[in-house]
Amino acid sequence: MAAKLILSMDGVVLKEYPLSKERLMIGRKAQNDIVIDNLAVSGEHAAVITILHDSFLEDLDSTNGLEVNGVSTKKHFLQNNDVIEIGKYKLKYVNDQASQLSAADFEKTMILRTPAKQAADEKKVQPENRVNGAEKTGQFKSDPRLQPAIKAQPEVQTAVQPVQRPVAVQILTGPNAGKELELVKNLTTLGKPGVQVAVLTRRPQGYFITHVEGANHPVVNGKALGDQPHQLNDHDVIELAGVKMEFYYKG
Amino acid sequence: MKIENALEIVSLTNSGMVRSHNEDSVAHEVACGLVVLADGMGGYNAGEVASGIAISVIATEVNQRLVCASPTDRVDGEELGVALLRENIQRANASIYHAAQSQPQYAGMGTTIVTGLFYDNRVVVGHVGDSRMYRLRGELLEAITRDHSLLQEQIDGGLISVEDARNSRNKNLVTRAVGIDPEVTSEIHVHAVRVGDIYLLCSDGLNDMVNDEDIQSALYGMQGNLPLAAEQLVQMANDNGGRDNVSVILVKIKGEFAMRHGWRTRLLDWFKQ
Repeated sequence: MAAKLILSMDGVVLKEYPLSKERLMIGRKAQNDIVIDNLAVSGEHAAVITILHDSFLEDLDSTNGLEVNGVSTKKHFLQNNDVIEIGKYKLKYVNDQASQLSAADFEKTMILRTPAKQAADEKKVQPENRVNGAEKTGQFKSDPRLQPAIKAQPEVQTAVQPVQRPVAVQILTGPNAGKELELVKNLTTLGKPGVQVAVLTRRPQGYFITHVEGANHPVVNGKALGDQPHQLNDHDVIELAGVKMEFYYKG
Repeated sequence: MKIENALEIVSLTNSGMVRSHNEDSVAHEVACGLVVLADGMGGYNAGEVASGIAISVIATEVNQRLVCASPTDRVDGEELGVALLRENIQRANASIYHAAQSQPQYAGMGTTIVTGLFYDNRVVVGHVGDSRMYRLRGELLEAITRDHSLLQEQIDGGLISVEDARNSRNKNLVTRAVGIDPEVTSEIHVHAVRVGDIYLLCSDGLNDMVNDEDIQSALYGMQGNLPLAAEQLVQMANDNGGRDNVSVILVKIKGEFAMRHGWRTRLLDWFKQ
């Protein structure tokens, strides 16, 4: 199931357009794929370029421009449920392929071959699996469900579900006593390279301290750690390279 | 310094949180300064077979040739070290291709590859597909390979920005792989290395799940403990969902390993062994 654009005006759906072509034209003139007969719309207003599972919107130097989700734009990488506004008309981009595939089908790496190369190969070797009439793709499995093998939508940023509460370490002893270090990164290094180093890492289940290098291991609440990561609790006192510090959740 | 003393190498491979089996393969031969990582593709166990063939062909052949030859020898106008990677990626390609042609259950299998051969204060890097090599120099982490993928072509063509590329649904399409066609074009580059550099070879199971900033902070913060750094990288990929197999090889440059040139010094070295 390909992605599609849903044309509407004043909340009334007018028509759906599947994104089945590589270049879909939007404009006032009759030869466009999506014809919007309104004087605010340029003859050739915009194009949607679709490459496999990704679609891009491009303004074709239209007089009145384009807005996506309320922001005016010249070029935009379309994401599911984006709303394109052209004058009074709205085009909603819907690409819910991710929900139609099982997790096991996600992210199977596949090879994309150039047409020229494939044509040459077909002379030399047996024909490739051709699936869904996609000319450019030779793929490994003949399972047709694999053809729209898109990845699960949430990527690096959203896949991380770290502990949301902000945490900090406050130095208790030494020349920097009283200083607070808020832990904003997923991995924070403490100590001096070559002398004693430990890292604080943010994981889905909480914060951990791990000994990295040095003859002495960090001490938490008076107990020396081993080589394994140690989960930290609120108000734990860490001792590292002679400096004591307190780990705590803020707010 | 002898190469085995100049390099510290750690490798780790993990099937991740979703996949039932591991189609990645890794190998290293510290005596000749070789590291190889492959990410196989294909149904059933064909992916493991393809990446396994690639690793063993390259590791065995390069190792054997370097027993009685120096990677700095000239062969047909280029260095043996460069020729060895190119020839053996080709040889791995032929082996996988023939296995796929002769056994129906392996039809269409293939693999990505990234390999490094360290000698004479340099590294020759060969790759096909979307397995990567990164270099941490000082605080700066840089990818020194460029993926052979649709997405990379779109980035190069200006169609999509690097930031948008993270949200692309076309991440899993490689434009080159080993074992798919009778011939393969590998990309080979030579880089000068510096003492203190850390090289990271990884399958896309790492860089799809963990962003470059987190890879950088793990490598930089844990450079004093390479096995822990490798574990940390794999753990971060798995904590973020671990949707693919994840493999890493880390190479730390602990000292210079310039080769002495000329037959006289080489003969002396040979006697010293």
